[in-house]
Amino acid sequence: MSVLDSKIPDGPLKDKWTNHKNHINLVNPANKRNIDIIVVGTGLAGGSAAASLAEMGYNVKSFCYQDSPRRAHSIAAQGGINAAKNYQNDGDSVYRLFYDTVKGGDYRSREANVHRLSEVSGNIIDQCVAQGVPFGRDYGGLLDNRSFGGVLVSRTFYAKGQTGQQLLLGAYSALNRQIAKGKVTMYNRHEMVELVKVEGKARGIIARNLETGELERHSAHAVVIASGGYGNVFFLSTNAMGSNATAAWKIHKKGAHFANPCYTQIHPTCIPRSGDHQSKLTLMSESLRNDGRIWVPKNMEDVLAIREGKLMPIDLSEEQRDYYLERMYPAFGNLVPRDVASRAAKERCDAGYGVNKTGEAVYLDFASAIQRYGKQEAAIARIKSPSVDEILKLGEAVIESKYGNLFQMYEKIVAENPYKTPMMIYPAVHYTMGGVWVDYNLMTSVEGCYCIGEANFSDHGSNRLGASALMQGLADGYFVLPYTIGDYLSKEISTGAIANDSAEFIQAEREVSDRIEKLMNIKGTKTVDHFHKLLGKVMWEYVGMARNEEGLKRAMKEIKKIRTDFWNDVKIPGDKNSFNPELGKAGRVADFLELGELFAKDALHRNESCGGHFREESVELDGEQKGEAKRNDEDYAYVAAWEYKGEPADAILHKEELEFKDIELKQRSYK
Amino acid sequence: MDLTLKVWRQKNREDKGGLETYKVTGILGHYSFLEMLDVMNEQLITQGKDPVAFDHDCREGICGTCSLYINGEAHGPDRKVTTCQLHMRMFNDGETIYIEPWRSAAMPVIKDLIVDRSSFDRIQQSGGFVSVNTSGNTQDANALPIPKMNADKAFDVAACIGCGACVATCKNSSAMLFVAAKVSQYAYLPQGQVERKQRVLNMVEQMDKEGFGNCTNTGACEIECPKGISIEYIAKMNREYLSASISSEE
Repeated sequence: MSVLDSKIPDGPLKDKWTNHKNHINLVNPANKRNIDIIVVGTGLAGGSAAASLAEMGYNVKSFCYQDSPRRAHSIAAQGGINAAKNYQNDGDSVYRLFYDTVKGGDYRSREANVHRLSEVSGNIIDQCVAQGVPFGRDYGGLLDNRSFGGVLVSRTFYAKGQTGQQLLLGAYSALNRQIAKGKVTMYNRHEMVELVKVEGKARGIIARNLETGELERHSAHAVVIASGGYGNVFFLSTNAMGSNATAAWKIHKKGAHFANPCYTQIHPTCIPRSGDHQSKLTLMSESLRNDGRIWVPKNMEDVLAIREGKLMPIDLSEEQRDYYLERMYPAFGNLVPRDVASRAAKERCDAGYGVNKTGEAVYLDFASAIQRYGKQEAAIARIKSPSVDEILKLGEAVIESKYGNLFQMYEKIVAENPYKTPMMIYPAVHYTMGGVWVDYNLMTSVEGCYCIGEANFSDHGSNRLGASALMQGLADGYFVLPYTIGDYLSKEISTGAIANDSAEFIQAEREVSDRIEKLMNIKGTKTVDHFHKLLGKVMWEYVGMARNEEGLKRAMKEIKKIRTDFWNDVKIPGDKNSFNPELGKAGRVADFLELGELFAKDALHRNESCGGHFREESVELDGEQKGEAKRNDEDYAYVAAWEYKGEPADAILHKEELEFKDIELKQRSYK
Repeated sequence: MDLTLKVWRQKNREDKGGLETYKVTGILGHYSFLEMLDVMNEQLITQGKDPVAFDHDCREGICGTCSLYINGEAHGPDRKVTTCQLHMRMFNDGETIYIEPWRSAAMPVIKDLIVDRSSFDRIQQSGGFVSVNTSGNTQDANALPIPKMNADKAFDVAACIGCGACVATCKNSSAMLFVAAKVSQYAYLPQGQVERKQRVLNMVEQMDKEGFGNCTNTGACEIECPKGISIEYIAKMNREYLSASISSEE
């Protein structure tokens, strides 16, 4: 086991980033024109990075598997983006955002990275407004804020329930501007299938043109991976169908350590599963918890009556309802962090109080918010003693203006009107905090290979706070990587163009084509989805919201077996030299089948509960926190970075000890 | 429910293509339309046939990837939804459903139900942005108040997901709703003012170059638009265009 060098700059926490920027090596504009950079992925991190690097003068090649960079899954983020602007004058500051993020991450993130994130958060909002992102505003024309789980201030900027879409379209517009200038060459419907290393440095990729099936060699002086998270290892998640870990996994197999794979966020407010043919789960923004109250019936007979359709939730009086988050966590109530809210829902449903047929659903109720807003609006409109109907109408209008698109989405999927009856929700896999290990400069353990956004591990520890993913993606892409990559590229100014016909490129391409050949030749009996679903089932069962030693050992064994079966019995139709979506999917699932095992291995080794990682063996046994997750700082306050050694089970652990100089490690209490 | 599907099959860009008939059984009302197609494809693969290629990604109505012309309507019979949000409860047992790709010369079919929408990207590249660098030294976000009404209108049009339903449903294959949405978004915001005239001229020029038709006010686009963008913005774009044409500095 070795110790990893995270290259965190010296000096006081608040000066680290400024000092680092002041002393980092720069590349002069004339030399930038001779340097090529590959960026894989066009979400918030990749899109903003490609645009910024091109603006600075580098030649950028940008890749996405979708038909347009605008479709990257950042687009589906709903609720908002955090920034320490303190526009609401509620005591927010860079320090508080930093503190909340470290605490929310259950003290498993890198202090220096998080502080830097907080420092640049305000810039992101300025930048996006300048690009024409239509954030929500108040009647004075100034930016509005909402509040999110795990914090006591309102620092979340939003564009209705489509914040991710608007921010991504902002980054896409910046990218388009550079494409038009010829500074970015865009490769749509291209998937990175291999990293090419020359003399130990990342020098390019092999990409597959998804329309023609052709393999292409692309060379560059540096490679940036911004391919998002690996939540689809669970098959059912809120990720897009195409979201995958292939780029991240390929660089892992070429020497990039993979950190904390077991840190996965299970989001509390998703639409419950309806049946076996479901292809994905749909998230409802956490912002709904601002106004929605979560409950299940107090009495079991009511639960059963509701499941049988004999009783409607609105028929239950206040006394018959258990607002369990408000009961268990009076200080934060419905706004506890995501991991806490998810586990509480699971606890209630496991105890038998789930309110739908599958027994896996709780209510999210807007009735009291509608009443509250209705009365407030009536007062503003100077309606004396408003009728019940008037209050309802006015209240519903306010809720509509805040969450209209979410309510519409819910109604379309579930075929129930959430203005009239409470929504049903249940936790689902949403975001992966773990990812490729990077140093302070966002470079992986492969020289010249960088990793940004959700694909890396650095900022969210073991649990991400709401509205922080968009912040990190854009921070990495607009304001961090464009600086830090210069430090490395300043040594590349006399390298000259990288040839793509070297032995390394030829070898890498051959490996890819052999792998594809092998997949096509299996000619088995089961579809790719069949194996993906099997994997997902094992992951959810044993590596889901609660994990234990026995289950994790079993998961590792089963995943290995599914992987063996996959390579013996998968059936891929069509041919490799045409548009073949099944072949693309097969390559991704093959990688998930390896990643899943490492995921379970990491969860097994971390015998503590922290953030999204809950080990049943590690809970508080008594006192006020009884039953809550128990962290073990003495033994586990480190980043677990795994080195690839053939089989996932043989991966070697490297530790990066986490130092907390500015924050006292405490048990998270939201009571 | 059991359904008969008439699906457009086309091997590649050059192939002529045609409708094929498939049967699916045991579909439940809570399946999304795409989940129904998943079932069909599982069947096809198991039978050793090539599955039907269709575009899809987020499956929650926001990425704009899914398309499909279903029984003669873009995104099918429901309103204000994309195909991935269309549920099978909208159909009846025993029904025959026609599934075709978007059809427009500016959006050629690549395979089966998948079309090439890169023309939309090129229109955006011709001017769908504010020319501001990502230096991080822009002025404070609240330095410039924007009247709520303008901000809200800018948002309403910015909600466009670029799916192409407006083009597919238009008898002229016009992309004017799509272009109008972007032009209007920036026209409502102070940040968009500097390049306002050149933007509309460039984007309309690119739109014409791609081979999209013109608007004749039939209004089909606003009915089929999954985000409910109104054709009043086409009027706004025409006004922007006219004003830019007669008063442009150059």
